[in-house]
Amino acid sequence: MADAHAALQEQFEEMPQQKEAATLGMWAFLATEVLFFGAMFMSYIVYRTTYPQAFAEASHHTIVLFGTINTAILLTSSFTVAMAVHAARQNNIKWLFRLLAITVFFGLAFLAVKGLEYHEDLNENLWPGPHFKSELPPQAQIFWILYWIMTGVHAVHVTVGVVLLSIMAWMTSRRKFSDAYYTPIEISALYWHFVDIIWIYLYPLLYLIHRYSA
Amino acid sequence: MRTASKKSYVLVWIALLTLLLLTWGLAEINLGPFNNVAALCISVAKMLLVVLFFMHGRYEKALTWIFICAGVIWFLIMVDLTLSDYLTRGDVRDGVSTSWHHPQVNPPTLQPGTTRELQHQIPR
Repeated sequence: MADAHAALQEQFEEMPQQKEAATLGMWAFLATEVLFFGAMFMSYIVYRTTYPQAFAEASHHTIVLFGTINTAILLTSSFTVAMAVHAARQNNIKWLFRLLAITVFFGLAFLAVKGLEYHEDLNENLWPGPHFKSELPPQAQIFWILYWIMTGVHAVHVTVGVVLLSIMAWMTSRRKFSDAYYTPIEISALYWHFVDIIWIYLYPLLYLIHRYSA
Repeated sequence: MRTASKKSYVLVWIALLTLLLLTWGLAEINLGPFNNVAALCISVAKMLLVVLFFMHGRYEKALTWIFICAGVIWFLIMVDLTLSDYLTRGDVRDGVSTSWHHPQVNPPTLQPGTTRELQHQIPR
């Protein structure tokens, strides 16, 4: 083909077809991720319906301010990465790089706040086991096990996203992308939005149970 | 390809932050069982905003939507089948069912391992 883009792989006829396949592949991966996190949400639902009071008491020991700040950070980072894709579409490579860098910064800020929060949680003896905070009912440990696993696995996903978007920023600085080819940016952004959506559910489920009675 | 405008991204971002403050605010008020309903509805609304606008779901074809729905529907099947077990556990004696969630069967601060014993103490 005379007008073939350098990034066109041989198994595809044309760029739009390649882009469609890549995007659909990312959505398929995200569907498997929904089920991966789904199993943890399922455990949460079963144990919370079984021990509602213990979960409410346990939840009062989460640090709502950190959780809320982190939700705002992730929602904003979703906005900046959506703007990055927009900039790529407009062939505005300078802003594409800046917006990716800003998104990476927000991702790191999220992890930093999460680290501070983990530190406080550990100081409060909220790690399940023999030294678990004694004034809480034993079932509160189930809440805290789910808290550490779910936020931990989510933090791993944020880390992967930060690495992915850093690579995208680096490739952008190497002039790999233009309005004719920015599929990697677009599907990395899809992944980042997914990580944001998981947090959208974790926030009320972990931080806001029976807040009014705290 | 049709695309969202810069303005729509800004509006969605403002809407998301507003919904975040709304969830936080509502959690501080006692609405009884509607606290959970409100929190989940707001989360679903936030998710839809992100999927439809930020992830360009509005402009995706039916094939993509099949993939999007697949994850959600299979998750709901898992929730449905699992809860149809857990929510209906318990005994049926003399035509009266004693739910797994009955406070006498399963008090919230019950020590693990004592469930069985306690079940036998329930007056028939």
